[in-house]
Amino acid sequence: MLETLNLNKTYGLNRALTDINLKVPKGVIFGLLGPNGAGKSTLIRIINQIIDADSGEVLIDGQPLAPKHISLIGYLPEERGLYKKMKVWDQMLYFARLKGLSQQEAKERIHNWLAKMEMSTWKDKKIEDLSKGMAQKVQFISTIIHNPPLLILDEPFSGFDPVNAEIIKDQILELRNQGTTVILSTHRMESVELLCDQVAMINRSHKILDGTIKEVKNSYRPEVFRISIDQPTLPIPTEWAVQTDGESVHFTLPLSGKTPNELLIELMNYGQVSNFQEVIPSMEEIFIHQVKSTQNG
Amino acid sequence: MDKIWLVIQREYLSRVKKKSFLLATLLTPLIFPAIMAIFVWIAVEEKENQSLRIIEVVDENKLFFMESSQQYAFSFSHSSPEEAKLLVQNGDRYGFLYIPKIDLKNPQGITFYGEENPSMSLVSYLESSLKKKIEDQRLYDSGIDPQILSDIRTSVDLKSITLNQKGEEKVSDATVNYAIGFLAGILIYMFIFIYGNQIMQGVIEEKSSRIVEILVSSLKPFQLMMGKIVGIAGVGLTQLLIWIILIGTLTTVVTGILGLQMPQEQAMELAQADMIQTDNSEFTEILQVIAGIDFISIISSFIFYFLGGYLLYGALFAGIGSAVDAPSDAQQFMLPVTVPLIVAYMGLFVFVLQDPNSTTSFWLSIIPLTSPIAMMGRVSYGVPFWELGLSMLLLILGFLATTWLAGKIYRIGILMHGTKPSYKTLWKWIKSSN
Repeated sequence: MLETLNLNKTYGLNRALTDINLKVPKGVIFGLLGPNGAGKSTLIRIINQIIDADSGEVLIDGQPLAPKHISLIGYLPEERGLYKKMKVWDQMLYFARLKGLSQQEAKERIHNWLAKMEMSTWKDKKIEDLSKGMAQKVQFISTIIHNPPLLILDEPFSGFDPVNAEIIKDQILELRNQGTTVILSTHRMESVELLCDQVAMINRSHKILDGTIKEVKNSYRPEVFRISIDQPTLPIPTEWAVQTDGESVHFTLPLSGKTPNELLIELMNYGQVSNFQEVIPSMEEIFIHQVKSTQNG
Repeated sequence: MDKIWLVIQREYLSRVKKKSFLLATLLTPLIFPAIMAIFVWIAVEEKENQSLRIIEVVDENKLFFMESSQQYAFSFSHSSPEEAKLLVQNGDRYGFLYIPKIDLKNPQGITFYGEENPSMSLVSYLESSLKKKIEDQRLYDSGIDPQILSDIRTSVDLKSITLNQKGEEKVSDATVNYAIGFLAGILIYMFIFIYGNQIMQGVIEEKSSRIVEILVSSLKPFQLMMGKIVGIAGVGLTQLLIWIILIGTLTTVVTGILGLQMPQEQAMELAQADMIQTDNSEFTEILQVIAGIDFISIISSFIFYFLGGYLLYGALFAGIGSAVDAPSDAQQFMLPVTVPLIVAYMGLFVFVLQDPNSTTSFWLSIIPLTSPIAMMGRVSYGVPFWELGLSMLLLILGFLATTWLAGKIYRIGILMHGTKPSYKTLWKWIKSSN
């Protein structure tokens, strides 16, 4: 769906992007991760044709990015903006029309979406009279109103209470299931693990890793196992730092060059092994680890 | 093009639908006739309440007779100058005119004593009466009968007629031209400031609320800027149109009512004015002058300079708005916009309306930054075709230039947050190619 080739962008002396290569396949939710100021917003602005890259290329369905692609993209910026004095309905109609929908079609779709989100009663309210969460919903609908095959969401959950965040999450998943490609820029890692199929991480203008969630997690396995043994028959070595819970003990052990099976066989000598599970790092741990290691290196 | 149209529509409707627009549009024209009515009322009151001022005359030649006017009466009491001075000191007389024995060939020593400085009109009235009297006396002395003299005396009233290249003749009057130039110039000046500020506020609103990020992902910044400028121009034109209609109607009504109160005698005069060709009453003259003004060319050039000036400055206002985060930051960039506007405004009064054909007036009305205001001061006097053409062409070029300049600043400015740009950074934005 979307591909970037050696994208570069500098602002004065600051490098915002350095040789960014990304491949976003069709119909996935693609997480774009990175700390503040890493270059995510710059990348998103380039894809949205708000600014131009210094060098490199962006391809959409294999074609170089062009003004005609604007209607293919729905963009929810991190800093939300709506005209405070405008009514919900007028505002949505304006954005929908700017994205190229006809008056008739725009009205129909807005009507349907307002009904779907149970917002029909608000349509004549001004934005300034809405709560922040409600305004966010209006913004979200405005973003997807023209059924874009590519959706770019910058921090879509910020400002939502858990209930509304759940509604938005369900909408994103539903859109993905209908074939929409979603690029999700965030630093909220729990939403990444729940939603994303693929991720790319950017730090200090460089891409530092990418792949499917599974691939990324696999390559960052610390090779440590969490073990529980019921009623140990042999004394457990003290350096294993066990926690005792009634008649069971729990501890973690690194593989230290052995295969998991070799470790398991060794452990079986101590008693009944009731739990033997590899420790998988969370995306958050990988994120923090990666950011720190690139900063130190 | 479609998208610019959408922006124009939004900018236009969101402003025209506001209650404040309706209020300002309806109330402003009421103020003009109200001011007019107040002036007329004051003038009428003043005339009615004026008390007659008595001036004591001591004429040692026993020669002069001063005709009393509506405002001044002259008393000849043959008293001595000292007694007359006392009358003035006591406040019994407004003034005292002392005419000592004079040589008619070289009259000297005529003096006016008054408690306060005499007004210009009184001094010139006295001077001309005395002059006339002395001249009459000298003519009589040289043997010319006063009767013949009054038969010969003719009154001349200069009628000013402008002649254009086609040989058409028009009665003109500088006062009417002055009024037209004055009104048109001020209107354009106010319009540029009021609506230019609206553009700037609008741009800052979109920028600070980050709406602009969504907008520029749907259309080009330049389209957005032009849409806003044109949309707000529409608001201004609508307001102007409503004003013209309202002021026209109200003025007709007000003058109609005042007209009914006019003394019968004057009304008769007015009624006859149309029929008597040689009638030189001021009113006919003004009617003729107004009839002689080429309203079509004045109105069409007004609309041209009105829009041209607005578009030229509107682009600059948009550029400034895009560069700053809040209206209070805009001050530092306002100088290059306000200075030429004020120069044009001052120039209109100091140079253009005083002498529409001077070199300064010419340049003020040619340079695009000042021409919208300055040229309106000249148009009603008649401007050579090539000057008008050059001025209009330069205004169009000037508008294209400021739009290009503002577009460059706007495109980068609207996405910049948190930094206070200087003129240097603006220059960098203008130079940068993307």
